[in-house]
Amino acid sequence: MSILEVRDVDVFYGDFQALFSISFTIEEGQTFAVIGANGAGKSTMLRTIAGLSRPRSGQILFEGEPVDHISAHKRVAMGISMVPEGRRVFPSLSVNENLQVGGYGGRKGDWNLESVYELFALLKPLAKRQAGSLSGGEQQALAIGRALMSNPRLVLLDEVSLGLAPVIIKRIYEAMVELPSRGTTILVVEQDVQHVLTVSDHVACFLEGRISLEGAPAELKSDDITAAYFGM
Amino acid sequence: MNWVNVAVQGILLGGLYALFAVGLALVFGVMRLVNLAHGDLGILAAFVTLGLITHAHLGLTWAALLTIVVMFCAGYVLQRGLLNFTLGTDDTRPIVVTFGLAIIIQNTLLLAFSADEQGLEGGRITTASIHLGHQLAIGWYPLLVFIVAVAIIAGLQLFLNRTKMGRAFRATSDDREAAELMGMNNRHIYSLAMAVSLAIVAVAGIALAIRTTFDPTSGSFNLIFAFEAVIIGGIGSIWGTLVGGVILGLAQTLGAQAFGSGWAILCGDVVFLVILALRPRGFFARTVTA
Repeated sequence: MSILEVRDVDVFYGDFQALFSISFTIEEGQTFAVIGANGAGKSTMLRTIAGLSRPRSGQILFEGEPVDHISAHKRVAMGISMVPEGRRVFPSLSVNENLQVGGYGGRKGDWNLESVYELFALLKPLAKRQAGSLSGGEQQALAIGRALMSNPRLVLLDEVSLGLAPVIIKRIYEAMVELPSRGTTILVVEQDVQHVLTVSDHVACFLEGRISLEGAPAELKSDDITAAYFGM
Repeated sequence: MNWVNVAVQGILLGGLYALFAVGLALVFGVMRLVNLAHGDLGILAAFVTLGLITHAHLGLTWAALLTIVVMFCAGYVLQRGLLNFTLGTDDTRPIVVTFGLAIIIQNTLLLAFSADEQGLEGGRITTASIHLGHQLAIGWYPLLVFIVAVAIIAGLQLFLNRTKMGRAFRATSDDREAAELMGMNNRHIYSLAMAVSLAIVAVAGIALAIRTTFDPTSGSFNLIFAFEAVIIGGIGSIWGTLVGGVILGLAQTLGAQAFGSGWAILCGDVVFLVILALRPRGFFARTVTA
């Protein structure tokens, strides 16, 4: 059974249609990448899976169960966790408190304060600092750590490398490689194609709300990716 | 010496104002809800206590404790059943709805209890005082109210800083949607915040009713004092409400001493406006309830 199945999903913002009958399947333990230009609907796709947006038609199945009528906070309890675009750490809370809030639902698993600090050693000395005072890269590491604290089966990463220094992007991608071995499936959205192709098993390119190309990174030609990305 | 006496009374009065203000600050901090019915809900609590004493023949202590529990539950139901639906896109909707709620409460109380002034009999403690020297006397009752206010504010701050639910309140205050992504049911958290807010304003309403007489329209004045205390202290700061309450209490009692008792409220308002002009964000403004 696939961990996530998206079937013919249409999403609207008012009269504007953001996604046009999107379908794809993610297998357990995969790292699934969604690439595409600004406004292609990638973030909308993640928000819909997380439960922040509702599809007008179509279905989303998580571990075989339809989740369309389940609200976002309950999906966390089922094992879907999202790192939102722009990090969205809780600025007035300390690093430690941000992580504790991430574990609010109390799902059991490998991830706890200790293992998150082990994964992102840079956070450990910052434990008592207010999250709002961290650098962008530190905040991104915190946002990922916070999402892991709910011990998700599926983690949704939205634009994790946007606006960050190369050294921290490298660290975040190293961490990403470790997750599948701990039983976490990843759905990552990126504009930065080069990095994400090196860590993913499967890639789907979004273009104006539709999937323009899909396959294993090794089987895709870079010219085809460029064409699918820019719609040429 | 007389001025010192008056100043002490002003500080202690500030404790009562802080009790009215802290619940207002909490719900604004957690869910950006301006509750215009806050003062009337406090007076409603005083009438509930009065009703329990006269009709159910409970003693003041039991009636007050039961009222606090009732107001806690009423706060949860009010938020979950009504006010949650006003939150979201438009900040003015909760203001209009709570304004309407204030009018409903006032008129229901008028129908049920008439416009007569009422009082809660607090017993010996309301007249007893500690004499410190020739002219300085501190009333036991105002002192007790002040201590209760400090204890409630300290307790609330500890709850926000140290408990899982307190962290959830602060996280929701920082970023509602991100909190939802952490598995928090915002509607439940908002309802708990309103429940806590109304439990505290019940204490405030009962404390006021023992101190002085009250009638169904007393709520609006206390709402204004509470707003002034919140804004002087700085929006979002829990301890700031105590500072704001004390400054307001001092301004009123010292003003009354200087110009006559009719000037008390005006002096409080003028000091509030001056502080608003000089420090528009108050003394301890935080963007959140931390």
